[in-house]
Amino acid sequence: MSPTNIFAPASTPADSIFGLSLFVLAVSAAIFVLVVTLLAYCVIKFRKRPDDDGREPPQVYGSNQVELAWTVIPVLIVVALFMATARVIATVQNPAQPSSTIEVIAIGHQFWWEYRYPGLKVVTANELHVPVSDPAHPTPTHIELLSADTDHSFWVPRLAGKTDLIPNHPNSTWIDPHETGLYLGQCAQYCGTQHAKMLLRVYVQSQEDFDRWIQQQRQPAQPSTVVAEGQHIFETTACINCHAVAGTVADGRFGPDLTHLMSRDTIAAGAAPNDHEHLRRWIENPETIKPGSLMPAMQLNDRDIDRVTAYLETLR
Amino acid sequence: MSTDSIAWPGSESHSRAFVDQLHEWIATVDHKRLGIMYIVYALVFLVIGGVEAMVMRIQLIRPHNDFVSPQVFNRMFTLHGTTMIFFVAMPIVFGFGNYLLPLMIGARDMAFPRLNAFSFWLSAFGGFLLYFSVLGANGLYGAGNAPDVGWFAYAPLTSLAFSPGHSTDYWTLSLLVSGFGSIGTAINIVATILCMRCPGMTLGKMPLLAWMNLVMGGMVLLAVSPLTAAQIMLMIDRYLGGHFFDTQAGGSAVIWMHFFWIFGHPEVYILIIPAFAFISEIIPVFSRKAMFGYPIMVAATISIGFLAMSVWAHHMFTVGMSSNANTFFVLSTMAISVPTGIKIFNWLATMWGGKILFKTPMLFAIGFLFQFLIAGLTGIMLASAPFDWQLGNSYFVVAHFHYVIVGGILFALFGAFYYWYPKMSGKMCSETLGRWHFWLFLIGFHLTFDFMHIPGLLGMPRRIYTYEPGRGWDSWNLIVTVGVVFQSLGVLVFVYNLLWSYFRGEIAGSDPWDAWTLEWSTSSPPPAYNFVAIPAVLSRRPLWDLKHPDDPDWKYE
Repeated sequence: MSPTNIFAPASTPADSIFGLSLFVLAVSAAIFVLVVTLLAYCVIKFRKRPDDDGREPPQVYGSNQVELAWTVIPVLIVVALFMATARVIATVQNPAQPSSTIEVIAIGHQFWWEYRYPGLKVVTANELHVPVSDPAHPTPTHIELLSADTDHSFWVPRLAGKTDLIPNHPNSTWIDPHETGLYLGQCAQYCGTQHAKMLLRVYVQSQEDFDRWIQQQRQPAQPSTVVAEGQHIFETTACINCHAVAGTVADGRFGPDLTHLMSRDTIAAGAAPNDHEHLRRWIENPETIKPGSLMPAMQLNDRDIDRVTAYLETLR
Repeated sequence: MSTDSIAWPGSESHSRAFVDQLHEWIATVDHKRLGIMYIVYALVFLVIGGVEAMVMRIQLIRPHNDFVSPQVFNRMFTLHGTTMIFFVAMPIVFGFGNYLLPLMIGARDMAFPRLNAFSFWLSAFGGFLLYFSVLGANGLYGAGNAPDVGWFAYAPLTSLAFSPGHSTDYWTLSLLVSGFGSIGTAINIVATILCMRCPGMTLGKMPLLAWMNLVMGGMVLLAVSPLTAAQIMLMIDRYLGGHFFDTQAGGSAVIWMHFFWIFGHPEVYILIIPAFAFISEIIPVFSRKAMFGYPIMVAATISIGFLAMSVWAHHMFTVGMSSNANTFFVLSTMAISVPTGIKIFNWLATMWGGKILFKTPMLFAIGFLFQFLIAGLTGIMLASAPFDWQLGNSYFVVAHFHYVIVGGILFALFGAFYYWYPKMSGKMCSETLGRWHFWLFLIGFHLTFDFMHIPGLLGMPRRIYTYEPGRGWDSWNLIVTVGVVFQSLGVLVFVYNLLWSYFRGEIAGSDPWDAWTLEWSTSSPPPAYNFVAIPAVLSRRPLWDLKHPDDPDWKYE
């Protein structure tokens, strides 16, 4: 029931890998059973008996036929494995991209994920939304993988194998999830102190839900007088150096875009649930949730933290 | 110049002042003493590396544990990997090679004794430098401690921008220095084997251990240089304004990976081939039969040496190489499984029809066979690139390589310890303690490393200081940690055995195992000059010929 089980594929790349893995596992299991049986047989049959006569056994130096056989057969096994593997490499790495493909750019940061939908004009962070793909009329999502700093890796096991995000070396991957739901994963290439909490959440939605989400994400932040004080603190402390809120002066890109912060289930790239207590604690001191994260504690007093939290909680 | 046998405390020459004895060891150029120093050095670091592993396993025993901070954890896995590969496995392989090679080929010492000593002290200094980082890495930035960039130190994490202070520099320099030591020893090994064999010992008549060390030495010469080059480039990036790996300025992170793995993959073969050598000496003696298929074993080893240089990018299947490149490396990696795998068949065929004695060295050799088989099969799974896109960089890989290094190499090493300890010390190890060691360690090994595959299959990446509950990883991590207890007990019993046997073990005599290679023809321990007279040989098993004059090997080889 693990949500990250590689043997529970829900998308074509993961499916192809799963099929290949069964073949490889079967061949390996057969070899294992054969050799272990031989080993056990040797150890039992040829052990020195208590009533041994003390003479050395017949010395056999080799056998050309036997050695040829046990070279040729492994070579044939390798050929079979190789051909099966080559086929899957080709189908996964060089797929046909129908015109209905959704384009996403994922940019890895220390220690969060930036997502841009260039065609749909959406910028968000940490929680990726994609439409479900019907195998009859596929709507896959193609993800361009870039990095703003060190190496990362995008790994959502049920959807695809992992592909690295390497600065100055654009990569890409694709998924076409067959069922709606939430798919989990995390960064799989050591990227620094908080590599462990750079979690992945992929929300696969029906086409209608996805379109609605896109529409909502496109809106700028709605102004509100109730939290004007909080907004003022946010905009005059260093928050806006790192964070952006569309429709306001905040346009920092070092940290996640916060325009629709409250549309997310988690904060800090999945490290904490997005509720009042954790949001407030994160703003007060990120070290208490994710020590080594690059967001500093801004040393705000309690009143200001309350105000800023209230402001952020209006960013739906 | 002493012409005595090795001065062991407690032996007849204990009347010499301790300072003199210490000086003899520090200034020695004798291959046997240097071999022992390499081995003791490696054992000390084995314990240190083991403690680092224990810290990590305690931290991972349950999700969201807070035994250590992420910063400390990241230093732990960096130090653990670096220590185990460079300051345990390499020195111990060089140590056994140094000790055994001249004895097994009928020589009085290695080809270049002073280079030998220099190489040892360089390697030793490297280890000291790595650990000095804890004190010394705190530079101007006030940042820096032991390195925390992982043992393969990927760029650009190692650039000044992402690793300020000097921790990365300690990693770089300690390996740079010990790398020169490795090259020195490799030169010595190759020259000794090629030039100093006793009369009659053609290349086709030397023990398999000599062939395997020859191939290993050649590989060291080829593999260490790219690492050294990359480390120099990294230092240039960090301090001289270079941008080789500086991606912000157009440099390439992938190029570091290529340089590192062109070293890194042959490196693991450099470690396993001597393990094959130990197994190839132990299994024949304890099955009472000649090695089956000596020529093919030689050919397979040489082809592994060449093929190992062509597989490196199977560590890079996820970095976005083209499908053609990925396919090539799948082919080369699967190809190398053939010469490696058939060795298992040769060892089994050696046991077949024999009279197997289950002394401690053989127990470890049988464990090796079983575990190396499994490690090879998980290697085949990883060689299949799409499967690696799931399994790579996960705990499945961690389980795989520990299966090779601990289940394979360390088991073979334990076998080698029990087999050659009588030769080095003159005393037999306790069989009872040996059995306790074997069973405790076997249970611990399998608890830890069998079950470690499962979190990998369930999506757990490596190098994470903690993990989320609810992903199905919790119980497996608990079992994995429990295994560490048994392994530690096993190692404690082992160390106790070595010490106890030195003082209380049975006198071994020159040939306690009724074996067939030249090292068993001289006393235990050997005199400084190894042999009273340089032997002449007619076959691969000179002592078999002496013991069976009516049925000597040279009639059949």
